[in-house]
Amino acid sequence: MSTPPSLLVEDLAFAYPDGHQALFGVDLRLQQGERVAVLGPNGAGKTTLVLHLNGILRGGRGRVTVGGLPVEDRNLAEIRRRVGIVFQDPDDQLFMPTVGEDVAFGPRNHGLPEPEVARRVADALAVVDMADVADRPPHHLSFGQRRRVAVATVLSMRPEILVLDEPSSNLDPAGRRELAEVIEPLPVTLLMVTHDLPYALQLCPRSVVLDGGVVVADGPTRELLGDPALLAAHRLELPFGFDPHAVP
Amino acid sequence: MGAGHAHGGLAAAYVAGNSTVHRLEPHTKLVAVLAFALVVVLTPVDAGWAPLAYAGFLALLLGVAAVARVRPGRLLRGLAVEIPFVLFALLLPFVSRGPRTDVLGVSLSESGLAAGGSILAKATLSVLAATLLAATTEPRALLRGLERLRLPSVLVQILTFMIRYADVIGGELRRMKVARESRGFRGRHVGALKVLGPAAGSLFIRSYERGERVHLAMLSRGYTGRLPTGPVAVVGGRAWATALSLPLAAAAVLATGSLLG
Repeated sequence: MSTPPSLLVEDLAFAYPDGHQALFGVDLRLQQGERVAVLGPNGAGKTTLVLHLNGILRGGRGRVTVGGLPVEDRNLAEIRRRVGIVFQDPDDQLFMPTVGEDVAFGPRNHGLPEPEVARRVADALAVVDMADVADRPPHHLSFGQRRRVAVATVLSMRPEILVLDEPSSNLDPAGRRELAEVIEPLPVTLLMVTHDLPYALQLCPRSVVLDGGVVVADGPTRELLGDPALLAAHRLELPFGFDPHAVP
Repeated sequence: MGAGHAHGGLAAAYVAGNSTVHRLEPHTKLVAVLAFALVVVLTPVDAGWAPLAYAGFLALLLGVAAVARVRPGRLLRGLAVEIPFVLFALLLPFVSRGPRTDVLGVSLSESGLAAGGSILAKATLSVLAATLLAATTEPRALLRGLERLRLPSVLVQILTFMIRYADVIGGELRRMKVARESRGFRGRHVGALKVLGPAAGSLFIRSYERGERVHLAMLSRGYTGRLPTGPVAVVGGRAWATALSLPLAAAAVLATGSLLG
């Protein structure tokens, strides 16, 4: 085995302290550079899975490995550098007074020297096409701009895996397209949790369907979306008139 | 709640500029304002020269305001926070005991007049100094200054989040208000409290949940208990001398008064 998989999830099960069991043994393997969408209805365990990837949630059965490094207490700092999670609400993600300080938050936490931090901030903001807002407070940006800045806040840590939680939610069509243009050329492994099936098809060649805390389907996105019985069984629906086979 | 646009709120106190006062490092200004307030408070109330000293202090502040190009109107608006103290000071001459004197036919307490007058003068001078600080220093720069002065990190973080989320939570409050009023609610009678109470509760729960989500986002990016700050500028003796010239001049006024008076 030459390079270890970017992400390896083995038999992951987890129950919250109140007894609610969210995951019942999830297996997932992402090769380096792979792009995978996680599809599933509300309550399928998608967010619980995401919070296991960087060790926010732990203590259940099974294990998670990122680029060969197991998610354990002593590795947490490095794991959280490798796994960049972009949460759904950019107002949760952007908590510092200015955009620049927010993008610098991760690199500074990892103790990078200040010139390197400045370079990372400039690079990350340039990648998401927001280079001119570094000194602005996040509150003054549009929702789509905040979402892109939120992506920059994890890109500045040069992550191995980019995890996006519902990246297209609340975006207008132009904002949705602009975000896709930002994500498409990124040289990272991508895991995207979404209800937006056309977005999954556009950005991720492979998808997994999570329902009831287990992976119930795993395959090329076009094949999964072309299986009406599978979609119906797991409360997934294509937009009216959308034909996955008609998309280039 | 107040203004419906993004530029309201906490940042409104700041007057953008590039004067010497604006450019001073925030922590030197904080020290200067604190020291100035201390000198003002140390000025003895009952000395005959006290009013002259107060006038001197005021002249110093107006001088700084002129250098910083902060308009008098802005300074006056800053004094609004002082109103409760003013009311208290105005009350003192009426309720204090001791020898009384007649002012325009009204019997007032002499000690009350002196105490009220000094409260008014000292509070006004200190609030003016603080207003100047707020007008020439951005809120987040003030926080950096507090951090450099070794204010506990947790307090600085709480203040930082307050600045960041005041507008976000204000927005939620406004949306709730619009939603209520869109369904015919009017908040002008006692019965309205039955609606507004739970609304305040739900705003609290929402903010609490947001706090939890923000904390997750922070942990995900390697938060270890401190908000990392950027490069820290080294402050030379010159900058300190500039900043401290205000309290030193005030101290000189105080010393002159004590020696000559």
